[in-house]
Amino acid sequence: MASIAARARPVAISTDLSVERKLAGINIFIAFAALAVGGLMGVLQILRYNGLDLYTPSKPLLPGGYYQGLTIHGVLNVLVFTTFYIIGFLTYIFTKSLNRPLASSRLAWATLWVMVTGLVLAAIPLLTNNATVMFTFYPPLKADALFYIGLTLVVAGTWLLLVNMIMTRNAWLADNPGQRTPLPAFMAIVTMLMWTISTIGVASEMLFLVIPWSLGLVGGTDPVLARTLFWFTGHPIVYFWLLPAYISWYTLVPEQAGGKLFSDPMARVSFILFLILSLPIGMHHQVTDPGISEMWKLVHAIFTFGVFFPSLLTFFNVVASLEYAGRRNGGEGWLAWIFNLPWGKPEISTQIVAMMLFAFGGISGLVNASYNVNLVVHNTSWISGHFHLTVGTAVALSFMGITYWLVPHLTGRKLWSRGLAVAQPWLWFVGMGLFSHFMHELGLRGMPRRTDIGGAPYVQDEWRFFLFFAMIGGLIMFVSAIFYYLNMIMTLTRGEKLAEAPDFTFAKAISGPEDAPKILDRLLVWVAIAAIILIINYVPTILDILRTATFDVPGRRVW
Amino acid sequence: MKDKKFISYLFEVAWILPSVAIPVSMLVAILITAFAVGVRVPTTAGRVSVSAVAAGADATFSQTGLREIAPGRYEAIITAQTFMFTPNKIEVPAGSKVTFILTSKDVIHGFKIEGAPINVMVIPGQVSRVTATFDKPGEYLVVCHEYCGAGHHVMYGTVVVY
Repeated sequence: MASIAARARPVAISTDLSVERKLAGINIFIAFAALAVGGLMGVLQILRYNGLDLYTPSKPLLPGGYYQGLTIHGVLNVLVFTTFYIIGFLTYIFTKSLNRPLASSRLAWATLWVMVTGLVLAAIPLLTNNATVMFTFYPPLKADALFYIGLTLVVAGTWLLLVNMIMTRNAWLADNPGQRTPLPAFMAIVTMLMWTISTIGVASEMLFLVIPWSLGLVGGTDPVLARTLFWFTGHPIVYFWLLPAYISWYTLVPEQAGGKLFSDPMARVSFILFLILSLPIGMHHQVTDPGISEMWKLVHAIFTFGVFFPSLLTFFNVVASLEYAGRRNGGEGWLAWIFNLPWGKPEISTQIVAMMLFAFGGISGLVNASYNVNLVVHNTSWISGHFHLTVGTAVALSFMGITYWLVPHLTGRKLWSRGLAVAQPWLWFVGMGLFSHFMHELGLRGMPRRTDIGGAPYVQDEWRFFLFFAMIGGLIMFVSAIFYYLNMIMTLTRGEKLAEAPDFTFAKAISGPEDAPKILDRLLVWVAIAAIILIINYVPTILDILRTATFDVPGRRVW
Repeated sequence: MKDKKFISYLFEVAWILPSVAIPVSMLVAILITAFAVGVRVPTTAGRVSVSAVAAGADATFSQTGLREIAPGRYEAIITAQTFMFTPNKIEVPAGSKVTFILTSKDVIHGFKIEGAPINVMVIPGQVSRVTATFDKPGEYLVVCHEYCGAGHHVMYGTVVVY
């Protein structure tokens, strides 16, 4: 049968996405399981900050106390939750938008198995207090080798999806000569390209520095080189988290809100700019590092300001699309159309709430990147306040909002409680608003991040007031999370079986791809430009470090 | 129809221009504070042998403490290790200009003085060198703001300006 079909042209290309649907489901399930554990650690932290110590009773489970819990919080929330969710979501969005399965289903399953193997390997030392090194694992802190090997496998697994996407897109282009890659598939592959290029940094750190050193094959390492390679990946990774949320905001939310995407060309331009500008900016995390010249820190700050521009384009395009939807639903006036958005649909309201808080996160991010202004906030709780708005809200809350339609779509079960789902993002909004506001305030008053404040002898009186309100915010978020998880568990186990699973379509554009220059789809051109800018921005610093590096700093286990 | 397209084009331009202007003006403000006012960030200050520092054999870091190198000009040589700064208290008269020269004996530490423009990582094998002028008398809290192990939260110090 297969060989007859292959010979006869044109063939009916398979549109069976059952493998992709399964992979999306499994990945997203793992992601939210990780977030549940990671999020719970956050509750322990904010209580401890206010003198309520739950670490002592949890000693058998959590021998490393606050710092082990914090490492779990970081690793599970920003490495495991995000990566698994994104791989699952992009796999499905990409294939759904091309209306064809991935070129190799075996490779697609291999992607999952490599990542799961990595997760299990990394979890063993993490949960046994043998990798209490934070998710940044700065050497000379030295964890069990399994931790590094596991995380490397998770990253390596993601590369397989890119390979599969490229094969699939090439086959699609061959079958559809002269056609534009549909916007969701275009955005998915650009995200994976950007991410894969960025992982050169952390992969080199792991393979050449950290893994041989943690296995005892070499005696020492170079901390500044390791940090530089880590942040080479560590800033682009935030765009790896963010861009899938943008994909939903651009290509799904306008349709779900009853409107259209304002501009497809503008959306393509912004993603190409993300591909180029997300990469050469990691050193703005190292503004206070010795061993790196001031000049390159300034250059990276300037490029970080550059990447603000495509985010502003996104803001305009998405809000214009929402306005179009609001007016179509009967809205009028300058701003009154906002009330005509479908606020009763949780998949929409959750993502709009995420956008609103993200605006503040974007602004505090500009402060962080602002070269000498960074001296005020670096490594203070301001930074924690910042990224709880970005990855903790723009990304995590959008990912939750997506599941409000995606889970019924994938399982054919009706959402258990619409009421809980409508309330959940607003609780998050209030809780995160309080928490992040007071974390920012505490940072400005000098409270360090990643510090067991409950046990610190230097806590200032004025901090206590802010810490209390940060705790209230944290507890409201906890309630929001309970609403979410309860709803999802009940949907999966008790949700009403629908006769037919609800389908979805991507948003049409007011100004479509026909208005976009064709060169935007020539991804190799943009990858080449990105690579050149990346080389200019990193090679001098890395050579400079290598010139004086002695690789003689021994590892330490200090927990 | 044509008018409608033109109007949306105007809206796009009205958004894009400030989208460029805002970051550019912020950048100009940063450049002014950095190069006209002189608020600079840490930069390369050389390497040291971490084993020599740990053994007390390094010429600079074997003599920790404060010394006056000129009237009103001080140098503070400080080492960081789990979980303390040596020395952890420095006293200078108001108006002093102090250069802090630091390194770590083990893992990465942080050195932030609350109320002064001092915020620098302290990395084994690297020298950190930062300078600030202390005009206002008082006690300035110094914290290690990089996770350095189980006792990270007890690692702090003070700068007393009298």
